[in-house]
Amino acid sequence: MFSRDRWQEIFQTIYKNKLRTFLSGFTVALGIFIFIVLFGLGNGLKNTFKEFFLDDATNTFYLYAGRTSKPYKGFKANRRIEFKNDDLLDIQLNFPFYLERITPVITRSENVKYENESNQYTVRAVGPANQYMEKSIMMLGRYINATDVSEKNKNIVIGRKVAIDLFDQKNPIGKYVSMGSSAYKIVGVFQDAGGDNEERYIYMPYTTRQLIEKNNDKINEIVLSFRPEIGSFGALEFERKLRLFLKKKKSIDPTDTNGIFIRNVAEDLNRNQQFSNVLQLIVTFVGIGTLIAGIIGISNIMVFVVRERTKELGVRKALGASPRSVTAMILQESIFITLISGYVGMLTGILILNNLGLILEDYFIKNPYINISTAIFSSVILVIFGGIAGYIPAKRAASIKPIIALRDE
Amino acid sequence: MISIKKLHKSYQMGSNSLHVLKGINFEVEEGELVAIMGSSGSGKSTLLNILGMLDNADEGEYILDQVPIENLDETKAANYRNKFLGFVFQSFNLINYKTALENVSLPLYYQGVKRKERQEVALDYLDRVGLKPWANHLPSELSGGQKQRVAIARAMASKPKVLLADEPTGALDTKTSYEVMELIQKINEEGKTILVVTHEPDIAHMCKRIVMLKDGVIVEDKKVKQVIASADVQ
Repeated sequence: MFSRDRWQEIFQTIYKNKLRTFLSGFTVALGIFIFIVLFGLGNGLKNTFKEFFLDDATNTFYLYAGRTSKPYKGFKANRRIEFKNDDLLDIQLNFPFYLERITPVITRSENVKYENESNQYTVRAVGPANQYMEKSIMMLGRYINATDVSEKNKNIVIGRKVAIDLFDQKNPIGKYVSMGSSAYKIVGVFQDAGGDNEERYIYMPYTTRQLIEKNNDKINEIVLSFRPEIGSFGALEFERKLRLFLKKKKSIDPTDTNGIFIRNVAEDLNRNQQFSNVLQLIVTFVGIGTLIAGIIGISNIMVFVVRERTKELGVRKALGASPRSVTAMILQESIFITLISGYVGMLTGILILNNLGLILEDYFIKNPYINISTAIFSSVILVIFGGIAGYIPAKRAASIKPIIALRDE
Repeated sequence: MISIKKLHKSYQMGSNSLHVLKGINFEVEEGELVAIMGSSGSGKSTLLNILGMLDNADEGEYILDQVPIENLDETKAANYRNKFLGFVFQSFNLINYKTALENVSLPLYYQGVKRKERQEVALDYLDRVGLKPWANHLPSELSGGQKQRVAIARAMASKPKVLLADEPTGALDTKTSYEVMELIQKINEEGKTILVVTHEPDIAHMCKRIVMLKDGVIVEDKKVKQVIASADVQ
């Protein structure tokens, strides 16, 4: 296998048949190259995906109330369910083991005025815990705090974009803006990774909102976070218990799918993770397809090569080459070519991936990469199959009787 | 040197069986120069292929230099071919990407001869056929006669017991044919046993013995007065 003569023979064949060598080498290199680039781009897509969905806290439930669809305990169907302040307390009291934070959210749209500037903004009335749910980062001042809630203060926290809209470069802290019929004091400016929309929000204490809306105790929506330690199964269990508890409290048929809705972000995240896994699966599938196409390409080239050499192999056999030495020669040659060109294809692919970085970010592909082990594994697979692809026709060629190979046309 | 008894060979052509050799008995002494003649379809090439172990006989006995040739597998046949036989083909069958020298040294490579020695021996044989200055030329740069001489040098390089030539002059013009026959006669004079398959009477008469084949049997086997090829040149 490693005799110098054999290698000399092989190098001569490779050198003297450049086109043939180039064709088979190119097929292999292209196969590996395409596989690596595709796989890497798939990983880049996955990267972007991850970023999209890591903006909000992931251990969060969103609770909404709607209309019932079934009659229950003397109540008619289509009854409107509403959350109230005591629901917050009840959840806190009944689920201390699962619950981390809880906040109500009452969303309104308001015209906000400061001196000559005015604009329409989404105003959300929340509790202090909302800062953690939204992962808001304070740039100036503070967030809504417990005192604001208990004293029903007319304090608000504005997003970075709101501050730019209304105050331009001036410091908005301590300034008063008018909203509806009252004036509110700005106590903080926040930024949010969720983008411009989320930075155009204004937050106020939910108790203040309830006070100006005829001193009611209604809540649109409840956002709560569970302790991350309970894991996704714990979260599902929590969700189930919470749903049961609220349905019982609000006298909703336990089999009614409407009335109370709980959106589990962990589940969303899971679903998105699944989506990106499906994406990866598709990419892998395409990659494997490319690999197979590459293998078929190599086989075709090999069949062609051996066919072209049938006469030469016949001559070699007539001169005393054993079938084994013929097979070994072709195999060694094809493995040598596939190894070298496979390596070239792999290197080029990795090089291109590494240089892509953020260039394709507009197409949702960020920092594409491929694990070295995947790259090497796929290259080895291709080389092995290249070897097999070379071996079968070589074996056939070696078993052709020299008399047939040498027959004059 | 060669002894053949009751050799039979048939080919399967679909449902029909074509009986090509119908019991050949044939002896060749060392140093003989034998022409095997016959029209096409007479079985002369089949006989040569069996003698050259490129094909197997169906039945019969074949002894080459006191070695019974039987139960050949491919590897063994390749080994025997390499040790005992040299081939010259009508279409030369040189490897087109190898130079004359490399072509001649190829059988030595399969004998396991070292590279340096291989080149020396090959160059020596090229010299004997008068092509030393062409050693580093590719077959495409040689004329038909030169190619056949390279092929003869290649057949001789492994020092075979028997040289088998299948229509060696079939692709050459008369003048070149005679040059090649002159070379074959020269090699024969040095003591080599040579079998030439041909259908040209003038080529056959340059041998020492003519065996006529017809429909798979030997119809005539006679010694002839050898025509010296060089006399006919020009």
